[in-house]
Amino acid sequence: MIAPFYKFGMFGEEFSLIVAFLIGIGFGFFLERAGFGSARKLASQFYLYDMTVFKVMFTAIVTAMLGVYFLGVFGFLDINLIYFTPTYVVPQIVGGFLLGFGFIIGGYCPGTSVVSTSIGHLDGLFFLIGVFIGVFIYGEVYPLIANFATSTAMGKATIYDFLHIPYGVVVFAVVLIAVGGFAGASYLEKKFYSKIFGS
Amino acid sequence: MEEKELTNGETTKAFHKESFPEKPYWNPYLAGIGLGIVLLLAFVIMGRGLGASGAVSTLVATGVAKIAPNHAQNNEFYQNYLVQENPLKDWLVFEVLGVLVGGFISGIFANRVKFKIEKGPKINNVQRLVFATIGGALMGFGAKLAGGCTSGQALTGGALLNLGSWLFMLSVFAGGYLIAYIFRRLWL
Repeated sequence: MIAPFYKFGMFGEEFSLIVAFLIGIGFGFFLERAGFGSARKLASQFYLYDMTVFKVMFTAIVTAMLGVYFLGVFGFLDINLIYFTPTYVVPQIVGGFLLGFGFIIGGYCPGTSVVSTSIGHLDGLFFLIGVFIGVFIYGEVYPLIANFATSTAMGKATIYDFLHIPYGVVVFAVVLIAVGGFAGASYLEKKFYSKIFGS
Repeated sequence: MEEKELTNGETTKAFHKESFPEKPYWNPYLAGIGLGIVLLLAFVIMGRGLGASGAVSTLVATGVAKIAPNHAQNNEFYQNYLVQENPLKDWLVFEVLGVLVGGFISGIFANRVKFKIEKGPKINNVQRLVFATIGGALMGFGAKLAGGCTSGQALTGGALLNLGSWLFMLSVFAGGYLIAYIFRRLWL
């Protein structure tokens, strides 16, 4: 095992900030290439006539998931050293719904609003300002909701441990679901595009 | 003939539009593979995934600590983001600065950088900006409750098969589809 490089002490904290900047450039670049600097493109996911968001997201998840899995199997990457966010079931479901509502009302998510701002979209900038306001409100009410925010804690929880299915089997299943999902998404796009805009 | 009736500026603008049209977006699967490789690089090089809302948290906490140090001191949420001597020397803050640059680079090469307000055809600019701010605030709040946003939870946790991240991701889509029809006037 030699990766994650940072965790094996190959470079220090100062250099990690340069890595952060470079990785951010790659992240922003591909988000913009996909069309994610455009609110209408993003929102169209929820009106089913353009499922680019689903396709890009799941392709990215599958790509990285396969990479992590195989680099782990080959003994190159120690998966246990990758930072893993703990699970809080109910807060994450409630938070997820709030994000879904925010997506429809505002048209972006935090990362894509940064991309949108970078190409000059004023609505992206206002959305980003909104994110600051939302985080500030959260910070101010946190003492009141701390108990709820840390409820239903499961610690480090993976799908494969939870379902007692081998890691590799879940990886394979996610790939199959994604491929099926892509076919379904393309079918829905055609159907709803003609429904909404006429053929 | 028509060209002559345009002012100089407008002719330049029309010329610019004709010579430098916006390029089409990439094939979604190609862009997705690119994103996935960037995420994988973050795992391999750093041992962590991507993020966006976390950088906002650091900036907000730093701002609150500047204006009201005692208030920030007594708040567990802000304290989480103020552990370092200089809180702005934060991985996600630098990553998000990179996102700003990367988005701009991509936009410039595709002729997509321009000042505009993007909105559905049935609402005006002011309405759009108000809704964008409200949506952003909902997301900022929700992302903090969920421990991350589309980047830190859905993408990063999704690739790691994190149970909470998948529940979160399904809830985002469920929430969106739940109210999409009610708010269709914003987009269609």
